[in-house]
Amino acid sequence: MNIAPYLLLATLEGLVQASVLMLTALGLSLVFGVMRVVNVAHGEFFMLGAVGAWICATLIPGPPAVAFVAALVLAPLFVGAIAWAADWAILKRIDYNPEATIVATIGLMYIIQQTTLWSFGPNAQAVDAPFYYTLRFPWFGYSTYKFFIIGAAVVLVGGLLYFLRHSKVGLVMRATQFDRETAQNFGISVGRVYSIVFAVGAMLAAIGGVLVVPAQQAHYLMGHDPLLLSFVVVIVGGLGSIPGTIAAAILIGMSDGLLSVFFSPTLAKIFSTLLVALVLVFKPEGLFGKAGR
Amino acid sequence: MQDLKTHSEFMLPRRKLLTGMAAAGAALAAPGLVGRAVAQSGDVIKLGAPFHRTGIGAAYGRWYERTAKAALAIINEQGGINGMPVELIIEDDGTDPKRGVEAMEKFAAEHKVDAVFGHLFSHVVAATAPRAGELKMPYFLCSEGHALAAGAFNRYTFQPCITDVKSQISSMAPWMSNNLGKKVTLIYPDYAFGYDHRDNMTAAMQAQGGEIVASIAIPPTETSYTRYMPQIPFNTEVIYHVMVGPGVLTFVKELGEHLGSQRPEIFGFIDSLEAVALDIPQLDYLEGTYFWEAMPRYAQAEQNEFDKFYREKVGVDANGASVDDAKDVSTFSHMFSVWETLFAIKQAMEMADYKGPDQKVAMLEAMESITGFAQSNEFPQGDKVFNGKTHQAFGHQNISKVVDGKLELTYTTSIDETMYPDETDYTQMSF
Repeated sequence: MNIAPYLLLATLEGLVQASVLMLTALGLSLVFGVMRVVNVAHGEFFMLGAVGAWICATLIPGPPAVAFVAALVLAPLFVGAIAWAADWAILKRIDYNPEATIVATIGLMYIIQQTTLWSFGPNAQAVDAPFYYTLRFPWFGYSTYKFFIIGAAVVLVGGLLYFLRHSKVGLVMRATQFDRETAQNFGISVGRVYSIVFAVGAMLAAIGGVLVVPAQQAHYLMGHDPLLLSFVVVIVGGLGSIPGTIAAAILIGMSDGLLSVFFSPTLAKIFSTLLVALVLVFKPEGLFGKAGR
Repeated sequence: MQDLKTHSEFMLPRRKLLTGMAAAGAALAAPGLVGRAVAQSGDVIKLGAPFHRTGIGAAYGRWYERTAKAALAIINEQGGINGMPVELIIEDDGTDPKRGVEAMEKFAAEHKVDAVFGHLFSHVVAATAPRAGELKMPYFLCSEGHALAAGAFNRYTFQPCITDVKSQISSMAPWMSNNLGKKVTLIYPDYAFGYDHRDNMTAAMQAQGGEIVASIAIPPTETSYTRYMPQIPFNTEVIYHVMVGPGVLTFVKELGEHLGSQRPEIFGFIDSLEAVALDIPQLDYLEGTYFWEAMPRYAQAEQNEFDKFYREKVGVDANGASVDDAKDVSTFSHMFSVWETLFAIKQAMEMADYKGPDQKVAMLEAMESITGFAQSNEFPQGDKVFNGKTHQAFGHQNISKVVDGKLELTYTTSIDETMYPDETDYTQMSF
């Protein structure tokens, strides 16, 4: 067996997986890092992003690229607004209590899922890619749109890091993450920061959904796998650690791609779950996390 | 930092969301209420229909429901069954085995229906059929699974109007190996229905002197398929694919991306494209490939009057899509079974002069005594032979070729070609 084509395909698949994971997991990680909220509804924000892209594709006439660009802006804004509302209506009321937020976000997950089922319907809906061209290698073809996913994710994550490091909002977020009470003493409105962080986290998941939907399809149950994998990434990377999350997303994405292609996708899932178990036993703060503050 | 203006912009979506939530709650609660209200009336024949309204089988469920309602309207226009009107009680089972069983229990205990029909996905059937036997509920499948004919179920379970995978494959494998090639790669969903395909195709190809060079199982909940494609060996002569679930369109698109123009021959079960439009650019590569169809989706040049009648009543156009929405493609090769099963139930009930549960055993025995159905408005898919011992129907199978983005009927098997020796005899079981 000539191994080169398999290795190439596995790498490409792994990179695509890693790119989407990076976005969704960063959202989850940000929310946990700053707010200490384990957001079980995170996968549904991903799904809403995909559904939002479908709505844009249906309503906006013209070439698919126009609708896609609109979806990249509108869908995350829409999802961010929902997250903002959920934060105001639910999380704020229970004072961000860690146990209560888990239960509350489980409820939120079902509410979003069932509302989508009821309005969007139970069918998978395809969205046209902004461009359609298959790159032909000697052994197999590969959709060029998937390269775009990788590029877009890298740009977006770069942008997010820059925003966190160099903008005032980013500074305030990091201050709140580092020490909530001190931040409050310095006049930072922690409630407002939490709302923003929850919305931004959801928007990152939504962007992941928009990016993925032309390569897959929008479906009301599609939030499950990204949620699971995001948790895997966030735990392996260290809860709340942004660089750790990025590194773990690449590790999990690539190992998933390689194991899926060379062995089986089921084995890849077993491996990532096993990795979580091992990390929790031997290095509970995560591979890249700092020991508890 | 955000100012107050931005904050107030979020007021409207929030209110909308809350109204949406409340409405969703009401909508979710409603079906149960409706069900309870109708369960009271008497002197009607009540048929329970556990359809896959949601979950991975939703596309099938939508069309099963439309087809069942169309057939039911005809039956009631003709005076119902034995002078009694027929009422349909639909429960959504979410394409979930556990909920399938719950629906069956609800039909028996709460709605007290006379029979249950219309289950499709084989993992739901596998869970529900034993419960139907325990509850002594006549249970008519529209599923294609081989488990029933293999003797896995009970005397209450029938599949009178759709053929099983074993007979479909054993009749088509010779055509495939003679016309397309002998080195076959199988791609199938990773659950009971897929295993029926794997086991029967492997045996059938070996009988033809062929060989299965790879056997690729994919979970029906999968959303991305490219990573499975490298398992297709380069020496493959024929790719045989059957896929179900919400991701089927992604599956065929990614198969095309992967293979390009140097593709081997491809023979697919139409399941891989049920409810999916064929004429999109990403599926151009399917031109010249073959599909199995139970009933041709595209009205053929020599369309018969029964096909015409059936399409008109269900509301399906000549391309197999809804007359109201050309993008809403039907599950044409499966949904006829719901239509035909309703008429089969009617026939058995009339033979037994069925008035209520007192004649249940007589009705089941009448069903077992039926030897077949002739092609007609009631049985538009075609003639059928019914085996009362195995409770399974046998019928013609069609092989169609993709020509100009449409399916063109190429070969139709005889019913004899689809027969295999009995594997069980349910008439030996007690009621």
